[in-house]
Amino acid sequence: MSQSLSQNEDTIVALATPNGVGAISVIRVSGPSAIPSVDKVFSGKKKLIDCASHTIHYGRILESGGEAIDDVLISVFSDGRSFTGEDSIEISTHGNPFIAQKIISVLLLQEIRLAEPGEFTKRAYLNGKLDLAQAEAVADVINSRTEVSLRGARNQLDGILSKKIDSLREQLIHTSSLIELELDFAEEDIHFMSLQEIVRNIDEIIEEIEALLKTFSFGKVIRDGVNVALVGPPNAGKSSLLNYFLKEARAIVSEVPGTTRDIIREDLFIDGIMFRLFDTAGIRATEDAVEKEGVLRSRNALKEADIVLFLNDTTVGFSEHLYSEILELNQSDRIVRVANKVDITRPEPDKYDVQISAKTGVGMQSLFEKLKAVALGSSTYTERTAIVSNIRHYDSLNKANEHLKSAKESINKRLTGEFISVDLRNAENDLGEIVGKITSDDILNNIFSKFCIGK
Amino acid sequence: MRSFDLIVVGGGHAGIEAAVSAAKMGCSVGLVSMDKNGMGRMSCNPAIGGSAKGHLVHEVDALGGAMGLIADQSGIQFRTLNKSKGPAVWAGRSQNDREIYSEIASSMVAGTQNLSIIEEMIIDAIEEGKKIVGVRTAHGEEIKCKALVVCSGTFLNGLMHTGMSSTKGGRFGEKPSVGLTDSFVKMGFEAGRLKTGTPPRLHKNSINWQILDEQPGDVPPLPFSLRTPKDKFPYQPQLSCHITYTDQTVHKILEKGFGDSPLFTGKIQGVGPRYCPSIEDKINRFADKERHQLFLEPEGLNSELIYINGFSTSLPVEIQFEALKKIKGLEEVVMVRPGYAVEYDYFPPHQVDLTLETKLIQGLYFAGQINGTSGYEEAAGQGIIAGINAALKIQGRPEFVLTRSEAYIGVLIDDLVDKSTNEPYRMFTSRAEHRLVLRQDNSDQRLMKYGYEFGLIPKEMFDELKQRELVISKAKDIAEKKRIVPNDINPILERKELAIADNADTITKLVRRPELELKDILSVLPEDDEFKLLISDDKVYEQVEINIKYEGYIQRQQELIQKMEKYEKINIPLNFDYLKIKTISTEGREKLGKVKPRTIGQASRISGVTPSDISVLLVYLKS
Repeated sequence: MSQSLSQNEDTIVALATPNGVGAISVIRVSGPSAIPSVDKVFSGKKKLIDCASHTIHYGRILESGGEAIDDVLISVFSDGRSFTGEDSIEISTHGNPFIAQKIISVLLLQEIRLAEPGEFTKRAYLNGKLDLAQAEAVADVINSRTEVSLRGARNQLDGILSKKIDSLREQLIHTSSLIELELDFAEEDIHFMSLQEIVRNIDEIIEEIEALLKTFSFGKVIRDGVNVALVGPPNAGKSSLLNYFLKEARAIVSEVPGTTRDIIREDLFIDGIMFRLFDTAGIRATEDAVEKEGVLRSRNALKEADIVLFLNDTTVGFSEHLYSEILELNQSDRIVRVANKVDITRPEPDKYDVQISAKTGVGMQSLFEKLKAVALGSSTYTERTAIVSNIRHYDSLNKANEHLKSAKESINKRLTGEFISVDLRNAENDLGEIVGKITSDDILNNIFSKFCIGK
Repeated sequence: MRSFDLIVVGGGHAGIEAAVSAAKMGCSVGLVSMDKNGMGRMSCNPAIGGSAKGHLVHEVDALGGAMGLIADQSGIQFRTLNKSKGPAVWAGRSQNDREIYSEIASSMVAGTQNLSIIEEMIIDAIEEGKKIVGVRTAHGEEIKCKALVVCSGTFLNGLMHTGMSSTKGGRFGEKPSVGLTDSFVKMGFEAGRLKTGTPPRLHKNSINWQILDEQPGDVPPLPFSLRTPKDKFPYQPQLSCHITYTDQTVHKILEKGFGDSPLFTGKIQGVGPRYCPSIEDKINRFADKERHQLFLEPEGLNSELIYINGFSTSLPVEIQFEALKKIKGLEEVVMVRPGYAVEYDYFPPHQVDLTLETKLIQGLYFAGQINGTSGYEEAAGQGIIAGINAALKIQGRPEFVLTRSEAYIGVLIDDLVDKSTNEPYRMFTSRAEHRLVLRQDNSDQRLMKYGYEFGLIPKEMFDELKQRELVISKAKDIAEKKRIVPNDINPILERKELAIADNADTITKLVRRPELELKDILSVLPEDDEFKLLISDDKVYEQVEINIKYEGYIQRQQELIQKMEKYEKINIPLNFDYLKIKTISTEGREKLGKVKPRTIGQASRISGVTPSDISVLLVYLKS
């Protein structure tokens, strides 16, 4: 058991699976007293303390009064041979948020405290179980709340992004070598790369980095979900649409109720992407103080939204006035114009992106497709695509990109290799930071292996 | 019993700097050499400097060392390499008269107060309680000392190879040094074996010079040392080098000898440098290269010997000779001495600290090839640091360490200590992450203060530098403010076919334009102009131009240095027990324990120590 870091002396607990989703919930306990503390509330064939590491045991978790809360399966990880590098217990319960909460509250009565966000990963990292990129990927796995997101995070664990970054770094090291070659081995009889070739190399790397940067908005969608603001004139059918989602879309996990003037929020899952739906109150100017407040909130929601779902009542026609007001708040390509009540009337086709009937459910599939398309943009995601979903990685890539551009600037200013190299090295360090590799010997090693050097 | 404050073993390029600097700092120094007239021998090529090595020479000079002065006085050709690039990579290189170099070095050592030359071989170092107390000579004499600097070059168990025959020795015609390695191993040091090589020497009169390309020196030649008087330089007549090439016929002949190559047959165990491979290695590894460039360098003014740079080899003598005769210009060549490889003992340098004192034995310092480096300049850089630190230690004064952002010498020693080396280490400009600020031209501004502090640089010189720095800063201020009107600058812009100016620009702004030089601007100023008068000194002119022209880049480099400084300032206690932190990777723990870095910055440069190891270490140091 690893006890070298003083702050890890207490034992922590938290739900390891997303709250309320899935057939089972897993509660994780980690720290020096994990096993004896859980033992106190566990009733099974034998004491957990007597169980070997990496074994699973059936039993019940008991309330303080002795009543069973749920049947559970307990996995034991002793001698620090766990994800965190500490003694750990994982409790699998039925996937009911109530049960999980109840078990956690019972555990909190023992020598266990609630974990801070990311604390398990932090411990794993501090105990040398993970490198930085892995730790971040695992953090993403933990935070991920949807299928696609999980896939994205596992990809990263498998190193798709790391591999991509490694190959970019290699390209960069090669380019740097060509420049260094000319500086340190000017006397040698070797063919030095022309500046045009170096620029071409840099351009290729920039292109790839920019492609990666573009995946960030997608990566973010996968990880954080999409905010959709629902807006429309009175009687456009917003409530019917929400009701439809409530009834038909089984993936709805929560409802955040509020007063009529508050924003109502629903989480809707479409093919693994989480759409956070905000129903807005009117956005028209009003004198009523309470309504004024509501209008302000609605306008903000529209401004911040990743997608604006603009619902129209086709029996009345397209609401041009409202549309122009929305256009002031958000970009047109983020606004989905929906014609509702197509079961009653035929809308003017060129005004709308999608035609539905919230009442009959007609056109709902195309609405889902449209929302997905706007959320994901033109990117085509496969499980083999390197995706940037972590802000630290995004920042590093951005910095690398800027450094590469200023390297090109130095070339344009007809400055020589040692100036160009300043930026190339910085870019190389930026990429190195993502994968945790920074070493100054790479360039020389590359030179020695590829060029015949030495008088 | 004889007794000295400091004993220096070896009178090569490291030994000279160590002995002379410590003696000048007031220590009694005994310099032990197997040949008292053989100070500063150039075992390999008769040249000083080159890319990054020139920087080292300038730095040693700014600290008050000897190398620059000796090279200037014995130089028979001077060139600045990389002149087409920016000032950070300009590097001085000289061809030197081998005999004169050694004569000047010997007389410089002999003329140094507090310094005695002892012609002997040291076979044993004596320690008491992990502290050095003396040495024992081959004749059984014990000499007492408070500190010992070992600069044994290629002499420790030196073994020379030509073909399958080998001779014990550290250099052609000279005996090896036996016993000292064992002495250190018994103390607990880990020894290793390296290899280097040297090409054949040719007779000057047997070469057909007429058909070869000539490579003359620069006109006018530039000296290394700030202390070399301008009116006396160059001291020697100047000579040219010549260039020729191998071809496929030559390669074929050399290949015949591969079966008898001590390198390919595994007879040589030591690792050789990748940047300075033997000709057989080049042909073997880069089979598709049709020819290799060779430089014919004179060994001296009156010497009959020609050094064939690029043809280092340990192939059998007959093969060397047969191949040489197929090279253009060498059809009738007389090979005076064949090339050979030499294997020697070194002590992997993670065993020394940044002062070059060994971590194991107090008062014991290693400098030069014993630390796994190659090159006269690398040796000199270490020699002066070891000498200064040994003297400081003897005198109970604080140690002296140069940082990576201050000097190539700092980069060199930090690399050696943090990364150790298993091949001969050579300096390159690309090893210095702060290359743009570590220039030859500003080595005085970077380092002379230390040389002065230790009494190695005379006061007048240091005062002169201070004065010059004032003038430079004043000139830069004026350049910021002084504007040049379009009427004045436009004729120059027109001549250079550039767009003419509509507004008056400051001198700074004009000098920053890549197409303009400071002298263009000076040409439009009247003779009595204040700015023009201020920068009339060459050194001042150079600094003002470089500082203005590249300010943006220099600024960025400085910012980077400050950013890194944070980690360079987080100290790790010397007795820190890495083994108890199980959270650091096994390799990381082992390497950290071996190197015992002083700071987090140093720790982060150790190969095998990962960023997560560093994070854990930081967490641990904070808690």
